[in-house]
Amino acid sequence: MIAVTGLVKAFNGTPVLRGIDLTIQPGERIVVIGPSGTGKSTLLRCINFLDHADEGTIRIGDLSVDVAKATKAQILAVRRRTAFVFQNYALFANRTARGNITEALVTVQGIPKAEATSRADEILRDIGLSDKADAYPASLSGGQQQRVGIGRALALNAPLILFDEPTSALDPEWVGEVLDLMRRIAEQRQTMLIVTHEMQFAREIADRVIFMEGGRIVEEGPPSQIFDAPRDPRTQEFLRRVR
Amino acid sequence: MEALDLDYMMGLVPILLRYLPLTLGMALAAMVLALVLALILAMIRVARVRILNQIVQFFISFFRGTPLLVQLFLFYYGLPQLMPAFSAINGVQAAIAGLTLHFSAYMAESIRAAILGVDRSQWEATQAVGMTQVQAMRRIILPQAARIAAPTLLNYFIDMIKGTSLAFTLGVTEMMGAAQKEAASSFRYFEAFLLVAIFYWVVVEALSVVQRWLEVRMNRALAR
Ligand SMILES: Nc1ncnc2c1ncn2[C@@H]1O[C@H](COP(=O)(O)OP(=O)(O)OP(=O)(O)O)[C@@H](O)[C@H]1O
Ligand SMILES: [Mg+2]
Repeated sequence: MIAVTGLVKAFNGTPVLRGIDLTIQPGERIVVIGPSGTGKSTLLRCINFLDHADEGTIRIGDLSVDVAKATKAQILAVRRRTAFVFQNYALFANRTARGNITEALVTVQGIPKAEATSRADEILRDIGLSDKADAYPASLSGGQQQRVGIGRALALNAPLILFDEPTSALDPEWVGEVLDLMRRIAEQRQTMLIVTHEMQFAREIADRVIFMEGGRIVEEGPPSQIFDAPRDPRTQEFLRRVR
Repeated sequence: MEALDLDYMMGLVPILLRYLPLTLGMALAAMVLALVLALILAMIRVARVRILNQIVQFFISFFRGTPLLVQLFLFYYGLPQLMPAFSAINGVQAAIAGLTLHFSAYMAESIRAAILGVDRSQWEATQAVGMTQVQAMRRIILPQAARIAAPTLLNYFIDMIKGTSLAFTLGVTEMMGAAQKEAASSFRYFEAFLLVAIFYWVVVEALSVVQRWLEVRMNRALAR
């Protein structure tokens, strides 16, 4: 089980997360929605310690970390149990598509090169990029880059994959292929925490939708509740605007 | 006006050629040492290691702020006066040490700038997959920084090759020293110094060709 409790984060004195409590069951697929600037990215980044929260605890399985007192070793341990898919892909520019996938397997997980390579090739086949295995990110389309980004995250075998608006930076023509890939991952009951503005996609794959505003979770529930019968006026207002 | 004594110049070519290896050797040795030192200095600056960072800043400021010639004199002629142990150093060693210290200061700053020039998302990606800072630096950040810094570093190498001519002021007979000696005995100053100028020029031009070839190759592997 994964649990975030009392997560608080401020940037230069401005509160961005005002106490987030979130429990994620294994295999659960959660979508976070909400207006711009409400701390959705910050929540994901704090779970992975890309940003360091001020207060709260993060628990992943048997690992529990008080973020205010987190040691370097604990931060690494949390990062090694989570994977992150970035809005801007953030592929390693000096590694090929295959190299992007094997890099952490070899460097971080200590898997032998040959084994990592065959695992990467399996994943490349899965994401439909076998023919681009030796291509550098700069020569890939946005959609291809993001699929490699997702492949890199998948390869880590992390208990939780965090997705921060994985399709927002894409030209419309590439959005479909990335969402399709994520759908397939969701079908395999990979635990996912996804920030997205793709409401139709959220409705399809989410077990639970979380509506965030002003650094708080305002409302959460199954997609049918959030999208068809939102209770909180702020959720209603937000959904009216995005439709 | 007197005509250029071409025969004399041709005769001088094999003599100067004999000293080319020493010139290139000093430059190469100083380049390798300066790169290692610059890398360490840049790391200290980037990681902002306490106290060490201030010392490094002071070091860089001094070696960038004073002429190479003054530094060479200070270490070769000046230092043994304070610390007699340094009188055991010969001119070649002193020149290599001086070039190393001087250029490492410049190179540290270009390496630092190149590291900071690597996109922030590259750091974040290394963190997200659980790399340590050292792993991130070695595997992802430095290789990309090297690509950014390479043209500048090669320019410093060119400066270094030319800088070795100052070793002659420490009594080293390298290319410049040899030309000076020959000129003093034949009174053919113009020919001797013109020839030594051509020697440096050719070496530097050859290096520029390598430089362009490297740039094309690097850009091909990793078009940004
Ligand atoms: N590194 C930072 N330094 C200062 N302020 C920041 C930083 N990162 C985020 N913020 C601020 O925190 C607030 C929440 O940002 P965040 O990116 O988490 O919002 P978001 O919900 O992901 O928005 P969007 O939908 O636009 O991506 C914003 O006001 C933002 O300006
Ligand atoms: Mg965001």
